[in-house]
Amino acid sequence: MTRRGLPIGFFIFLCLSCSNEDMGYEPTAKSLDIPQIFSENIIAPIIPTDNPQTSQGVALGKKLFFDKILSANGTQACASCHAPQNAFTDNGPLSAGIDGIFGSRNSMPLFNLAWNYNERFNWDGASLSLERQALEPVENPLELHSNWGAVVDRLQSHPDYPELFRLAFETTVITKELAAKAIAQFERTLISANSKFDRYSLGQATLTPQELNGLDVFSREDKGDCFHCHGNPNNPLWTNNDFHNNGLDATFVDLGLGAVTGDPNDNGKFRSPSLRNLEYTAPFMHDGRFATIEEVIDHYSEGLQNSSTIDPLMKQINQGGVQLSDPDKADLKAFLLTLSDPSFINNLDFQN
Amino acid sequence: MKLKIYDYKKFNQNYRSKNSFALLLVALFGFVSCSEDDGVSASKQVLTTFKFTHNWDGTPVTSADFNAIQYTNANGELLSIERLRYVVSDIILTTSSNENLVLDVYNLVDVTNTTNLIFTPQIRIPKGSYKVSFTFGFDNEDNSENYLDLNSDSFNVPDNLGGGYHYMQFDGKFINADDAEQGFNYHAIRAVDDPGMTPTFPQDTFITVNLGVITITDNPEIEVQMNIAQWFKSPNRWDLNVLNQMLMPNSNAQIQMFENGQNVFSLGTVTQ
Repeated sequence: MTRRGLPIGFFIFLCLSCSNEDMGYEPTAKSLDIPQIFSENIIAPIIPTDNPQTSQGVALGKKLFFDKILSANGTQACASCHAPQNAFTDNGPLSAGIDGIFGSRNSMPLFNLAWNYNERFNWDGASLSLERQALEPVENPLELHSNWGAVVDRLQSHPDYPELFRLAFETTVITKELAAKAIAQFERTLISANSKFDRYSLGQATLTPQELNGLDVFSREDKGDCFHCHGNPNNPLWTNNDFHNNGLDATFVDLGLGAVTGDPNDNGKFRSPSLRNLEYTAPFMHDGRFATIEEVIDHYSEGLQNSSTIDPLMKQINQGGVQLSDPDKADLKAFLLTLSDPSFINNLDFQN
Repeated sequence: MKLKIYDYKKFNQNYRSKNSFALLLVALFGFVSCSEDDGVSASKQVLTTFKFTHNWDGTPVTSADFNAIQYTNANGELLSIERLRYVVSDIILTTSSNENLVLDVYNLVDVTNTTNLIFTPQIRIPKGSYKVSFTFGFDNEDNSENYLDLNSDSFNVPDNLGGGYHYMQFDGKFINADDAEQGFNYHAIRAVDDPGMTPTFPQDTFITVNLGVITITDNPEIEVQMNIAQWFKSPNRWDLNVLNQMLMPNSNAQIQMFENGQNVFSLGTVTQ
């Protein structure tokens, strides 16, 4: 063997000894781009060790998220109810699935999901990880109304998907678990941290007197007392991702967390949503009952309904709530709108 | 030779960013030169574990007992517990010659979610007899720091209420004078006046808890008991019909919490 022939022979040997799927290829690790306002104030995001972020995984997840191939009749995708322009929710109180039947819950906006530290997703905390959550809508009869066996068959026979799965997961054998992992990877990239208030916190913007007074209303226990459940400037998630009965009903049509845990003490409790991007995510509450931010503020000010599981953090229930003045209500809304992040809803990385 | 005083804050201000390895080295090197003159043995060093238990005048309380109106406070009001979490910090071990070994640590005890009820600072200490104390809440210096884990747990106090962190969040419901259930939020913070842009602080309300002298021989587990009923008992008999919610901006209420909290904690069983 010539000196020149040695490396060529070695290369051929290497190729012969490898299958098509393990030729030394590895997907490209791509860690989350953690915003400064997060890294300076809150602990690291949750990334499962068995589903690390990769460029190819995120790309596959994005394609799946927007692809109607996941639905039984090819008419809806995840994005049908989780649209970028609405901070990945939709604009109806409830959402209709492929059969035109409406569900019972408002579509949740999707952002900063990797910072949901206790990893209970959905309004009622039924999904115990983002990967598990991604599995559910495909087979929900009120949503995509398909079944994963059929979806996997469609993906497997698709001209592009087997190669995309190989690039993401080093196998062309598609499974629902891998599809869910890819979707979860994409969802974890949906990071919103560039609102006016974020820039204010970083010393890059100023707030108006009205917005500052709104922050004061938000942060005063004897006024709005929003901060116990909805974060604060040091917790820029603007949610605690915990479950509360916030006084919507005296009796419950939807048990929320209680239906998941079976504990009657959890009846009527739902996960606190983030206050980011309220400008794009109306209507509000788990059933979309409030069309505007004003209606939400009025609820906490005068509209509370008592029940056995109402959170003790709810104030002055016998008067209906915290009794904000009209100017304070207006200022509170002005502050809440500083949490809007237009760069998030216009981010081309998140568009189809 | 006298035992050196090890104020760990001076050695490593970044302990709270989990840089405990450096502290460990400091402890290991520091005590090599110590004698046993002060009842402190340099021969072996041990970890101390603190186990936080809770009771209502002697009846054990866990999260399994939450949400049921079943406790009667000193003022005769029936009440339930729905949420209880609090911070302890700055564990200090004092030798017989009044030298302090300060463990610059903190721990958020979350009874609701049954987390951090057992806390083992990763700092080895020499065997010996110590007076053991800790801070309920944070002293003012520590309260001004930025703790990412506590932020993530939304344990903050907003700046217009003085900033820093809650010392305790204790929420529940009581039967009020109209025989109706009503919420209460017994939230302990640094007492504050003039909420707003320039809050003022009338007095310190973090609590130094002395557990007494403990002889540490071998990786002890020290039980710290909280009698929850004591928060309502003395010297201020707490009337929940008067003081139930919006107590954070009420400095007089905060000072009463501070006074009642002096005898809330006690030493339980020490096993080793």
